[in-house]
Amino acid sequence: MSLVLSVPGFLASEPVRIALAVGGGAALVCAVVGCATVMRRQSFAGHALADVSSAGGSAAYLLAVNPLFGFLGMAAAAAGVMEWADIREARERDLLTGVVLGAGLGLAALLLYFDATVRSVSGAAVTVLFGSMFTIPASIVPLALAVAAVALAASAIIHRPLLVSSLSADLARAQGVRVRAVALTHALALALAVSLSAMTVGAILATALLIGPAAAALRLAKRPVSAAVLAALIGLGATWGGIVLAYESFYWTPGHGWPVSFFIVTLIFCAYLIAGWMAGRPGTRPAAHPSGCEGP
Amino acid sequence: MFAAFMAHAWIVATMVAIVAGAVGFFVVARRAAFAAHALPLGAFPGAAAASLLGVSQLLGLAVFSVLGVVAIARLQRGERREVASALWLALSLALGTLLLGFSGQYVQSIYGLLFGEVLGISRGQLEGVAALGVVALSLLVLFARPLLLESLSGDLAAAAVGRSPRLEWVFLGILALSTAIAVPVVGALLVFSLMVGPASAARAFTDRPWRSLAVSVALAVGTAWAAIALSYLSNWPVGFFVGVLSAACYVAGRLCGRGIVAQAA
Repeated sequence: MSLVLSVPGFLASEPVRIALAVGGGAALVCAVVGCATVMRRQSFAGHALADVSSAGGSAAYLLAVNPLFGFLGMAAAAAGVMEWADIREARERDLLTGVVLGAGLGLAALLLYFDATVRSVSGAAVTVLFGSMFTIPASIVPLALAVAAVALAASAIIHRPLLVSSLSADLARAQGVRVRAVALTHALALALAVSLSAMTVGAILATALLIGPAAAALRLAKRPVSAAVLAALIGLGATWGGIVLAYESFYWTPGHGWPVSFFIVTLIFCAYLIAGWMAGRPGTRPAAHPSGCEGP
Repeated sequence: MFAAFMAHAWIVATMVAIVAGAVGFFVVARRAAFAAHALPLGAFPGAAAASLLGVSQLLGLAVFSVLGVVAIARLQRGERREVASALWLALSLALGTLLLGFSGQYVQSIYGLLFGEVLGISRGQLEGVAALGVVALSLLVLFARPLLLESLSGDLAAAAVGRSPRLEWVFLGILALSTAIAVPVVGALLVFSLMVGPASAARAFTDRPWRSLAVSVALAVGTAWAAIALSYLSNWPVGFFVGVLSAACYVAGRLCGRGIVAQAA
């Protein structure tokens, strides 16, 4: 197991450069949107959007269009449904999320089946669900970066009203915030982030990029903006580190690389554990949540 | 549709649906949809590891379900439960891809594990499912009252029997057991939709908990049967019908919404 990385060779490879660009963009957007998502307790919704977007990805293979469009379209549609239902009680929201998720996954099962039978794209299931960063076509890069820019801009614009309405919707309304418009914008930014993430690490692993860095950063940072910056650093580090390790793994087990998504998710999980350990040391722990918020 | 080679499919699907319907009632009451989704997916590398080591798939699934319970219960201590579920789920899925990559049998087995495969269930598998299903149901019967009381009102349960963190472990344990038996049949991605859809619809039809539990089991069995029949007729994957029919249950429940929904609010 040698870790001799030939940097020029690594960067000269076209798939690696594309993976670095798209993965980096996805990590940035996911980190920023993810912080708001974790604070708003929408981890499940974020995860559901990512899973449901796999139906879009498989439809894209069926129709032979750009897979990013598929992921985007399905994630945006699911986000729209969940926001449109506008359910106030946490209990019902959780269930509705689960039901949308189940229906979306059922659809994905059908479309993947069609991919395999009608189109004979046998690897579609693995590509859509677990991602294959090194096979992203170069034509997607500008589009992916544009999507990333839009999502980042939207998050930046709504970040204050979103923060206020996450803490208390009534307070936000009193301050003249249009709570529903803000929530809808956030849901769409979430859909954009999730579809980028699905493109890179795969639809069912996208949650890791969305929730992991944000949850780790929120354990350490005391202010929302510093949490977003820290999450972006963690996300970028894990993504690029994962790409380097996956590239290296071709030398560990000859002729057989390890999946890049595996490294990225593992690095994110380690960051989360380390953040918990650092936050757990006396004197550094942020204030605990009021216990009344959680539980039955 | 009722040919000999389908017999195992019908029997296993019925057992899985009974367990899923009963467990689903508590999943819905305890708002644990995400955990019910994360545990089956967390068990996914178990199946991959089992095929790598050449041991029984059910054993692999059971081991990883238990690991999932420990991981989620530990990670959620003083943390947000959904973050714990999300991270465990992503980590174990990533591990699953790695293991499946090593074992060589990639695409088809991934699809089967994630979306379900009712055909080709062996007699040994059938017995394993029956045994674990009975264990899960007996645990459920044993702890039904405290679980329900705690779900409906945590404070009341604390006053009656004292607040016990063990109850959460019991619940996650039951969830893990039902997961292990359901994954090979309906698939890791769709187990929870068989739990959530029928159970959430059941609340709309009656406002008595035990009657609601019975309705939930009946709807789950109906969903599973209809899914197998439709899948047999159309040749489309069974997971598609499970997902869509479960969602249809929920929509139907909301349309004629009354009963517990209003009371619990």
